[in-house]
Amino acid sequence: MNNKIKRILPQLLTILFVVFVFGFFTINAQVNMDNRGIDFGFGFLSQEASFDMQFTLLDYDGQDSYFWAYVVALLNTLLVSFLGIIICTILGVIIGIARLSQNFLIKNSAAWYVEFFRNIPLLLQIFFWYYAALRALPLPENAEPWFGVTYMTIKGYYIPSMIWENLNVFMSCLIAAIVGIIFIRIYAKKIQEKEGKQLPVFYISLALITILPLLSFLIGGVTLDFEIPVLKQLAKTSFIYEGGISLPPELIALVLALSLYTSTFVAECVRAGIQGISKGQKEAAASVGLTPNQILKLVIMPQALRIIIPPTTNQYLNLTKNSSLAAAIAYPDLVLVFAGTALMQTGKAIEIVGITMLTYLSISLAIAALMNWYNKRIEIKEK
Amino acid sequence: MFKHLKQLTSLFAMIAVLFAFTTEAIAKKSKTLKNTQKKGFVRCGVSQGLPGFSNADASGNWTGIDVDVCRAVAAAVLGDANKVKFTPLSAKERFTALTSGEIDILARNTTWTLSRDADIGLTFVGVNFYDGQGFMVRKSSGITSTSQFKNGISACTNIGTTTELNMRDFFNSRGISYEPVAFEKADEVVAAYDAGRCDTYTTDKSGLAAQRTKLSSPDDHVVLPETISKEPLGPVVRQGDAVWEDIVRWSLNTMIEAEEYGITSSNADSMKTSDNPQIKRLVGAEGEMGAAFGLDNEWNLRIIKQVGNYGESYKRNIADTGILPDRGPNQLWTKGGILYVPPAR
Repeated sequence: MNNKIKRILPQLLTILFVVFVFGFFTINAQVNMDNRGIDFGFGFLSQEASFDMQFTLLDYDGQDSYFWAYVVALLNTLLVSFLGIIICTILGVIIGIARLSQNFLIKNSAAWYVEFFRNIPLLLQIFFWYYAALRALPLPENAEPWFGVTYMTIKGYYIPSMIWENLNVFMSCLIAAIVGIIFIRIYAKKIQEKEGKQLPVFYISLALITILPLLSFLIGGVTLDFEIPVLKQLAKTSFIYEGGISLPPELIALVLALSLYTSTFVAECVRAGIQGISKGQKEAAASVGLTPNQILKLVIMPQALRIIIPPTTNQYLNLTKNSSLAAAIAYPDLVLVFAGTALMQTGKAIEIVGITMLTYLSISLAIAALMNWYNKRIEIKEK
Repeated sequence: MFKHLKQLTSLFAMIAVLFAFTTEAIAKKSKTLKNTQKKGFVRCGVSQGLPGFSNADASGNWTGIDVDVCRAVAAAVLGDANKVKFTPLSAKERFTALTSGEIDILARNTTWTLSRDADIGLTFVGVNFYDGQGFMVRKSSGITSTSQFKNGISACTNIGTTTELNMRDFFNSRGISYEPVAFEKADEVVAAYDAGRCDTYTTDKSGLAAQRTKLSSPDDHVVLPETISKEPLGPVVRQGDAVWEDIVRWSLNTMIEAEEYGITSSNADSMKTSDNPQIKRLVGAEGEMGAAFGLDNEWNLRIIKQVGNYGESYKRNIADTGILPDRGPNQLWTKGGILYVPPAR
């Protein structure tokens, strides 16, 4: 009996404490809001937003509701996170492996890269890319084309847009190719397990993914045209490019800063993962006659990934949350648009900050869940 | 024993409730005033640096016509115009800072609109600057009027302002597609516009005139003549403290009315013996003008002596600094402007 109380009492007190703290803040907020005549409610989400956004992935206009503004801003945040994660992973893996290179120059430049970019505050790096690098870019009328048809200017990066005919046929071919590749891989594995024969999976896959979409152009009636940006004069000394797609400099600066910064941490995760595998593994693999490529692919990487994935997940989460620094350079992300403009126009501070916090929490949990799933999949399956 | 304990606790509870009611009743008079006098300084929210309105010099001294409103209140309630703690706020932060009680007056070139007054627990106490939104462009662009704006123009501005909404109304009603580039801080807007990121910079015209001085070569830029909106800028207080609201309102009104009657910081003392009863009321020599606020009778005299009248404040902060030498609508109603305040009597 006494033991039971000893066990339950601390837990009960903790719960009481939590309830008390939450209750206190809720009541405090309610009383203060009542005193100042502020209503609590989410009705504002259906009201007209009446402000415009610089850059959106979906159609958005000031006549749309605050809810739609939220969705569009959220997509902008997700876009930055997505691009940032992809680029920082590619860079991070390359640099992490480079740090282990035998070559003095490669090894040391990779080490310098890591030390340089991870030790400068991120916000400063964003400002650097936006303000310092931006100022160095030419005005639209002076821009020299990159690759013939794209223009990097102070007002953004202008690239040709693609105009597809029968895009669905092309996409079906692409999907068919991917499905085909998956089947061939499964089949190849079976053959190898049964007969010990290795199929040239890589070449077959390459052939599939090029030939099928190519066929769609030749006989599927698919055509692709490019709309190339053209210089347009707005006033005597004011120009822009029209047609094509324009990537705002805010997006470019943000993705650059986020991915360069985070890639250093990913690189360290990768290096730690590879160094975490004992030398004996490599030597044993070599002694049974595996090639260096096979050693990396079949012996080192599968084990190293288990060390790499969990800390890398943290870095992805950091990158996503850091993307909220966008507010400093006018990239219309969730924080700038929703927790900024929308909050100001409606005055619904508690509601909007609450929604924003929940949103970031959900994004982070989703990324963590995805990475945990992947981690589980590559775990050692003990029998 | 336990019975007594119960009675005792209920007695305590009753006393506590009673006590709470009485303190509440006293506090209703003006909690903010009481807190301010206890702290010994007025907590004032200002901009992050807008010359003429609220701007800090290298040694941290704040000046500007918005700053003077807070100084006037400090002179009235604390007797010393320097007893003000300034909190620089971005456009986005300002209202939350006020409603959450971090500051007691917001004097930050803030436009008085219906939704702000009604929705978010704020009360506007008056107007200390009549403004309107305009556009600034590079002289070299050859643009001399907003009618020359073309599709695809990019406009830099601040987030969380009426500017953002007016801009949309303006471009939409003219069927011009535009690229809004909205920053959180005014300095970031200036830097981006200066770099050539935007074709035009839009905000209140007084703001354009003030920010122009921060550009790398101010003479290469010009503010277009059109005004696209009404922007009455004024100090704001939290809703729910009517006395504090009145103190701030009448501190501002005193400055404007003092100009109307020719009372300045240098002649205020001698005006005590004036023949005009209205002048005597404004310098605390007649009537009980402070009692209703819980202040002494010379609160308005202190404002005029320490801060000066509205005209002096305007001259010192906006005209002499070359921001807007012409007072335009911010001239007294008796001199062709629209500054007109209710009489202090």
